Amino acid sequence: GVQAVQTFQHYFKQINLSMASAAVENFLKEDEEVKGFSFENCRRNAFLAKQGAEMPKARKTGTTICGVIFNEGVVLGADTRATGGSIVCDLNCEKIHYIADNVYCCGAGTAADTEFTTKMISSKMELLKLRTGREGRVISALRMLKQYLFRYQGHISAALVLGGVDVNGPALYTVYPHGSTDKLPYVTMGSGSLAAMSVFEDGFKLGMNEEEAKNLVFHAIRAGIVNDLGSGSNVDITVIRKGNVEVFRPYQVVCKKSERAGDYTFPVGTTVVTSSTEMVPFSALTVTDEEVMEIS
Amino acid sequence: EAVVSTQSTGGSVGFHGDVLTLTKMMDARLKQYLHTHGKEMPCEAIAQMLSTTLYYRRFFPYYTYNMVAGLDKQGKGCVFSYDPVGSYERESYRASGSASAIIQPLLDNQIGFKNQSNVDTSIPMTRERVRDLVRDIFAAASERDIYTGDEVEIAIIDKNGIETVRYPLRSD
Repeated sequence: GVQAVQTFQHYFKQINLSMASAAVENFLKEDEEVKGFSFENCRRNAFLAKQGAEMPKARKTGTTICGVIFNEGVVLGADTRATGGSIVCDLNCEKIHYIADNVYCCGAGTAADTEFTTKMISSKMELLKLRTGREGRVISALRMLKQYLFRYQGHISAALVLGGVDVNGPALYTVYPHGSTDKLPYVTMGSGSLAAMSVFEDGFKLGMNEEEAKNLVFHAIRAGIVNDLGSGSNVDITVIRKGNVEVFRPYQVVCKKSERAGDYTFPVGTTVVTSSTEMVPFSALTVTDEEVMEIS
Repeated sequence: EAVVSTQSTGGSVGFHGDVLTLTKMMDARLKQYLHTHGKEMPCEAIAQMLSTTLYYRRFFPYYTYNMVAGLDKQGKGCVFSYDPVGSYERESYRASGSASAIIQPLLDNQIGFKNQSNVDTSIPMTRERVRDLVRDIFAAASERDIYTGDEVEIAIIDKNGIETVRYPLRSD
């Protein structure tokens, strides 16, 4: 154990990698907690990539997300397709994430990044609510998100549409992966953002009612679903009003799976049974000998 | 997709400029044959001609993935698939394109009866079964491949000619 560690450290010191040595030491300290991201595999991955090995692709939500402010609150919309390269991974994934009872966030970019980032900020918002004794504000979530993403210099690929209603009224923001934010009455993000924005630019007006706002968001997301290859399936909508949130999942199914024309059931015998073992249920076993062992 | 005779048809994907040029060239050569010999070029001959046409451009290839299908001299169905420089093979089924990895295993199972036992392979496939199968295969491919979708055009070739039918697919 200890000898192995010493040899290991000696080897590293020999080829003059003092940073690696420190990392190894840290790694071997069992009582110390590893906080935040772990970069243990970085050197190995860089080496493998140089050798020509293909790095696995992170699943992206090539996406259309958008938000719009109406007279009583905010309407957030999203499509439901998650892609890994050119293959659809998830036909019905949830892109509108819960941050607080009055704050929700749509996420585009790397699926894992949006999921973990929003979960983390949601957790911090809950702690803040307990600490202050007040309902959370959209601007608090915004601050936390932008400061977190800026710290990672864009390596966390999360492009978000943050919306909610608090004491200051309805609020809608975009957050970019590098940490910049915009405060706007209507926003779109993701690969389908151009298609959605073209619908918004044509149909947006200030002081819409809820039905008009939902309809506009629906058509914007639908434009992304139909015209953008990275977006698809259904339109999800979340309406946030003061004291009340309505989640429509789905608001509308834009593309349904078509009915199968043929019959593809395999008849019994298609898979040949070569041998079979009868499984004995646990209750059918009889106890023949019993011995109680002491743990000292 | 290009109809090159009453008994054969071809398909070409890839760089669209080369698709159009190749189609034009093959069309012209087929017309030449028809006028010189007074009969249509047989499917196997078209297949070989496409191969030589592609190999002619071995050092500046047509960026196209091609297939030729039709009835051979015996009246049996045939499918030929190519790579961009003209390597070709006669097969009973083939899928190519962005969703080929999704579709090919399905064809292996349903047409080649692979990984299946106790199947009566002597029963020939009916026209309706094959049309429904192709339609369902494309519906399945468009579920999971972002590039496949909107519409599928199916050409069914028999001794009476070519019937083309279109079906809508997922538009997302």
